[in-house]
Amino acid sequence: MIGRPIHELTEAYRRGETTPTAATETYLARIAKLDGELGAYLTVTREQALRAAADSDARYRAGKARGPLDGAPLAYKDVLCTRGVVTTCGSRMLEAFVPPYDATAIERLTAVGAVMLGKGNMDEFAMGSSTEHSAFKPTRNPWDLARVPGGSSGGPAAAVAASLAAGGLGTDTGGSIRQPAAFCGVVGLKPTYGRVSRYGLVAFGSSLDHIGPLARDVTDAALLLQAIAGADARDATCLPAPVPDYAATLAQGVKGLRLGLPDEYFIEGMDAEVERAVRAAVDVLRGLGAAVERISLPATPHALATYYVIAPAEASSNLARYDGVKYGLRVAGAKDLVEMSSRTRAAGFGAEVKRRIMLGTYVLSAGYYEAYYGRAQKVRTLVRRDFDAAFGRVDLIVAPVTPNVAFKHGEKEDPLAMYLNDIFAVPADMAGLPAISVPCGFSAAGLPIGLQFIGRALDEASVLRAAYAYEQATPWRERRPSLG
Amino acid sequence: METVIGLEVHAQLLTRSKMFCGCATTFGAVPNSQTCPVCQGMPGVLPVINRRAVEFGITTALALNCRVNPTCRFARKHYYYPDMPKNYQISQYEEPLAEDGSLEIDVDGVSRTIGIQRLHLEEDVGKLLHEGTLETAQASLVDYNRSGVPLMETVSKPDIRSPEEAAAYLKAFRAVLVFLGVSNGNMEEGSLRCDANVSLRPRGSRELGTKVEIKNMNSFRSVRLALEFEVRRQAEALAAGERIVQETRLWDADRGLTRAMRSKEYAHDYRYFPEPDLVPLTIDRAWVAGIRAGLPELPRQRRQRFVTQYGLPPYDAEVLTQSRALAEYFEAAVREFPQPKVVSNWVMSELLRVLPADDEQAIRNLPVTPGRLGGLLALIEDGTISGKIAKDVFEKMLRSGEDARTIVGREGLTQVADEAALGAVIDQVLAQSPKAVLDYKRGKTAAAKALVGQVMKATRGKANPGMVNRLLEEKLSKI
Repeated sequence: MIGRPIHELTEAYRRGETTPTAATETYLARIAKLDGELGAYLTVTREQALRAAADSDARYRAGKARGPLDGAPLAYKDVLCTRGVVTTCGSRMLEAFVPPYDATAIERLTAVGAVMLGKGNMDEFAMGSSTEHSAFKPTRNPWDLARVPGGSSGGPAAAVAASLAAGGLGTDTGGSIRQPAAFCGVVGLKPTYGRVSRYGLVAFGSSLDHIGPLARDVTDAALLLQAIAGADARDATCLPAPVPDYAATLAQGVKGLRLGLPDEYFIEGMDAEVERAVRAAVDVLRGLGAAVERISLPATPHALATYYVIAPAEASSNLARYDGVKYGLRVAGAKDLVEMSSRTRAAGFGAEVKRRIMLGTYVLSAGYYEAYYGRAQKVRTLVRRDFDAAFGRVDLIVAPVTPNVAFKHGEKEDPLAMYLNDIFAVPADMAGLPAISVPCGFSAAGLPIGLQFIGRALDEASVLRAAYAYEQATPWRERRPSLG
Repeated sequence: METVIGLEVHAQLLTRSKMFCGCATTFGAVPNSQTCPVCQGMPGVLPVINRRAVEFGITTALALNCRVNPTCRFARKHYYYPDMPKNYQISQYEEPLAEDGSLEIDVDGVSRTIGIQRLHLEEDVGKLLHEGTLETAQASLVDYNRSGVPLMETVSKPDIRSPEEAAAYLKAFRAVLVFLGVSNGNMEEGSLRCDANVSLRPRGSRELGTKVEIKNMNSFRSVRLALEFEVRRQAEALAAGERIVQETRLWDADRGLTRAMRSKEYAHDYRYFPEPDLVPLTIDRAWVAGIRAGLPELPRQRRQRFVTQYGLPPYDAEVLTQSRALAEYFEAAVREFPQPKVVSNWVMSELLRVLPADDEQAIRNLPVTPGRLGGLLALIEDGTISGKIAKDVFEKMLRSGEDARTIVGREGLTQVADEAALGAVIDQVLAQSPKAVLDYKRGKTAAAKALVGQVMKATRGKANPGMVNRLLEEKLSKI
């Protein structure tokens, strides 16, 4: 059952063909064998996983399984707090930080019986698009070890792709679920802002941070979202709207759905293979009965620049708490407070994090605030209005996730080149809209390509439904990387 | 020169839990015993607004005639200090809870209206503890119990014209808070803190002079002394042709002067921006209307009513309205014994001798309830006991919690007002005091006082003083 989606695995548990313990042991053995090379995990919670699996075994034996995720072995991005388990955020700063609380999303998955295999690697504080900015090690792309898995949720995405986990959770601030999902050939869903509680998600850009599933297929993404979505009294930005039954509407097809294809998502310099795959996917959707029309989202070209004002601004504030006083790293031997904090932050943060803290501090400074942060917020409003206007005409937007396939380690030394990778992913974060990446083919070199659907706020159901229709009509999900 | 002062007052709100988490707010608890991941600023945690704190803010805003904004917003204020766990404070900046109010003050019998610019909510910071001074201590410890306690900041307009007015403003403001029950207003415990902006300008000028911010004034007295010092300092500097430097100065109570903080200590760019973890707060009109309807009478209104309704001297009215509990006690006692000035005298002299005027809790729980005080005064009124005996009875009532009649009955304190019985006592006293009688006859009227004293002593204070005086005079005139 290794490498099968969660819904098939747990169905097998129910039929008694295998057990959560057997599956967990197999996954753990696979991690032990392959992760040295892959680098998907920062922490493997072996004992805890086996205990949780044994409890799950007992529930299946007693006919009291807690639903389709009971016994599912998962990888959680290391930005999500786990009670009693070190949560590093991929940073030296939090190398030894053990939270006394679980993130709400994790608490909810645990409550329905999910088994945590470990904590997935990531770019430090979720800042990056390649997982090369992890302070501990890079993660490799299972399809080509010389290439990056994308980021910042590269660890859990690679783990799912390489069958080192049946599914997982990532976070998406500027594409960090969808871009690695596209690079690794798995499904990645970023829900509506506020659909999933951010409590226990170590903040990067608070108004942009989203938690969402990384999954083997769309059905699993729907099941994972079902478990983690919904109101949470601990997050004031979490929406109280009821959570629909996502699995129930998955198979309704795309017949009659109006899909918008935005001109601004097909740009000069993008990978021809990516464009070809996306356009072919659109043809498939048309063939399935969807109506496709060209639309325009004119603010798109400004979204990325704006994102690199807002996200660093919030990051500079959110990361101010890492000062060596309370938890995490403290560099010893300082003669006073200022020196203690300065030396701690100098040693604890990597270059990319420092770059964004400086950028964010600058744009919030007196005299610059209006010119940068104030203006960026206005552009953000324009990005939202673009989507509002588009959703007056179409039900979903269909687009590429990235302009290119996975690149090689070290290929994008220039930060700006790296940032450009998220040009198609960032607008949905800025507008807080649900968006999914689903595999839509492979490049000639055998690297996965992702197809993106963006939906109206809180309409994850349509996003999932369209992705499911496309997935079921195409063979991509059956292909596996050749690893061990 | 004209003095221009504006005050910024921070008041801790008397909510049971903190501004953004569920931790308790009790003062003086074991360090860090009232903390959680939220008020310790741990990674990944989020603030949730305390509804009660907002309610207290609205209540105060309405009492100060402020406009409560239909929506307000929290913002992050950044600076690095280890008592502030996130290294930013969640406060309000461009969109405060309320704006444009006023507070009436009285100085030397003259009333003035001081404008209120804004009122907003924020969270308090923790406390650093170190041995000795910050400069010499080997290490510092942090107590986050206070971190996240709700604070209400109220900024006055620069309408205050003297240190006396500043002290009057602060007192009036504190009285409003205490009356509303939103803060205990305790400056020593730091639940009420005051900073001042002070400048001078030529009389008649519309423009403001360069302002200096004064911090670290921990009592009403320090506010007055610090401002008097600062006004003098600035006046002397200006007279000497110097320019005033815009700066923050600390009041040094021991040395009785203000001194400039090192620029490093306050030169902040706070980098305010809207708090993304909290959605803008929409204030429901009906909620505000409900709070307005439930607003108690404020100290000043009540003080004026005490003068007009009860005919009390302004001094009595001021003393009796120092707290809500005291004012309510007085009014309840007057309902029992409708002689306001008599009640006022008793409350001011006897009750306030044993209790501070602002100890609401103690006043409400006083064994001598307003009804019992009324009963005691009625016993004086109908001649059952003398005023002097009544004071002893009051003491006993405080200790035993019994009513006056029970104590008077049990201890046989009923006044002797029987002419025959008293006459006999007086005769006896006169017989035993020939020298006093002689003195009196020679015109030393003071000798009568000594004789009255002896009669009272002989009756253990129970004799009716009026009757003693009359009978004694009669008998002396016959000798």
